[in-house]
Amino acid sequence: MSAKTPSRLEKIMAAGHLGVTSECGPPRGSDPETIREKAELLRGYVDAVNVTDNQTSVVRTSSLATCIHLKLMGIEPVLQMVTRDRNRIALQSDILGGASFDIFNLLCLSGDHQSFGDNPQGQNVHDLDSMQLAWTARKMRDEGKFLGGADIKRPPRMFVGAAANPFADPFEIRVPRLAKKIEAGAEFIQTQCIYNLDKFEEWVKQARERGLTEKVYIMAGVTPFKSAGMAKYMKNRVPGMDVPDDVVKRMADTPKEKQAEEGVNICVETIQRLKEVDGVKGFHIMAIEWEEMVPDIVKRSGLYPRPEIA
Amino acid sequence: MIVADKKPVEEIIGYVKDHEKILVLGCNECVTVCEAGGKKEVGILASSLRMYFANQGRDIVVDERTLERQCDHEYLEEIRDIADQYDAIISIACGVGIQFTAEKYHSIPVYPGVNTCFLGVTEQRGLWTERCQACGNCILAYTGGICPVSRCAKRIMNGPCGGSSKGSCEINKDLDCAWQLIIDRLKAINRIDLYEKMFDIKDWSTDRAGGPRKVVREDVQI
Repeated sequence: MSAKTPSRLEKIMAAGHLGVTSECGPPRGSDPETIREKAELLRGYVDAVNVTDNQTSVVRTSSLATCIHLKLMGIEPVLQMVTRDRNRIALQSDILGGASFDIFNLLCLSGDHQSFGDNPQGQNVHDLDSMQLAWTARKMRDEGKFLGGADIKRPPRMFVGAAANPFADPFEIRVPRLAKKIEAGAEFIQTQCIYNLDKFEEWVKQARERGLTEKVYIMAGVTPFKSAGMAKYMKNRVPGMDVPDDVVKRMADTPKEKQAEEGVNICVETIQRLKEVDGVKGFHIMAIEWEEMVPDIVKRSGLYPRPEIA
Repeated sequence: MIVADKKPVEEIIGYVKDHEKILVLGCNECVTVCEAGGKKEVGILASSLRMYFANQGRDIVVDERTLERQCDHEYLEEIRDIADQYDAIISIACGVGIQFTAEKYHSIPVYPGVNTCFLGVTEQRGLWTERCQACGNCILAYTGGICPVSRCAKRIMNGPCGGSSKGSCEINKDLDCAWQLIIDRLKAINRIDLYEKMFDIKDWSTDRAGGPRKVVREDVQI
């Protein structure tokens, strides 16, 4: 696969390096300093930073505005867009808005249902779904056309991604679904947080057998546990999350003051094991409100320094 | 059928408390089947109102009537001769019937006695569930006869999303994941190949997005 966009993330993976991304959740307020402080923690340790789009349906500063802050700091953003809150007019418009600031990465998502957030009485839109959004972004980029058919002056140049959850049900369609996302236009995939490594490896194996790992960059998602409580919460309360009992037990058996360290150990061990999996092209480190741990995880996993790309 | 649910009687009292002569108007179709607005419910609501007004020491007329339908001229015309006797009508038909009654009896206030909920089925007595959102552009041929528009909480056309777990939807364990049902059904009819094709972007102009809708059939017009 050769790079088709100016995306640094794409170029790094196209050159055969493991890509590394992390994420920055925008603040529940308008202070740009909080964005800059978080992003500064990640500078130099990752190739691009995902900016979440009102994650868990809680209102935050917009993903696009936050991406612009990152871009102005010289940090490459991944613009996350959910189809929950905007129709096809607004989605295309925001893709152009991002492109006008030379944002080169887009992650297409459906978004958590609004009932999880702080506006459960709100409408959801879902005019498009995440696959159709990826398809739209590719049409805009590759054909230089809007959905309505008109030409775009200076089309967006975005590396288009989507999410995959190898642990959701039914498992048997998880690889066919990945194939559909690729057919729709996804060029990179960031996965749900991986704790069940065997199941993840089985999913990658099936993807490999279908030739999908030659068509898409799979970035394995990891999230360090801060505590045993977080491990239990992720296991029991987060939809689509698969945290095996032995992982929960390992956290629970660790003395409280050592749990954060153990959580990072598990995360580093996960990356080290998955680095060897044929078809894994990078890592997406989601240290939720724990960005300061990312440099350590990247270094200990042997992913530092990040490659220089022209 | 159109499924409705009874409004709390306190809410209905709030609408009609200043009226003197009230007609409670039921419908013999869908709302009878879902036990929200048929003859039986007309009787129950009228009795509740009479008791309320009696307790207030007020002599208020509350009459009962149930029409075959409230969504057709001919049945609504059956109350033409008596409608003027009332200064309020409480319709416990669906939202369609309530509106058509209001359109026909222009000078009489018509109040809703039910909340109209969805197009659905009787799964069992006392349990009605949604099946259709009348999007105006049916895709059931491709989804194994199970509708993602009405049954997926995110109306995802290329599901299931990452929140599908053990057959349940992420928003509620008691809710089936529509895409799990679709996949099971496609397998049962040996058409899982349909799953592999990406669903094109849907034309929602036939949905509510296109404004109030109309079906015109000149061939059956008189």
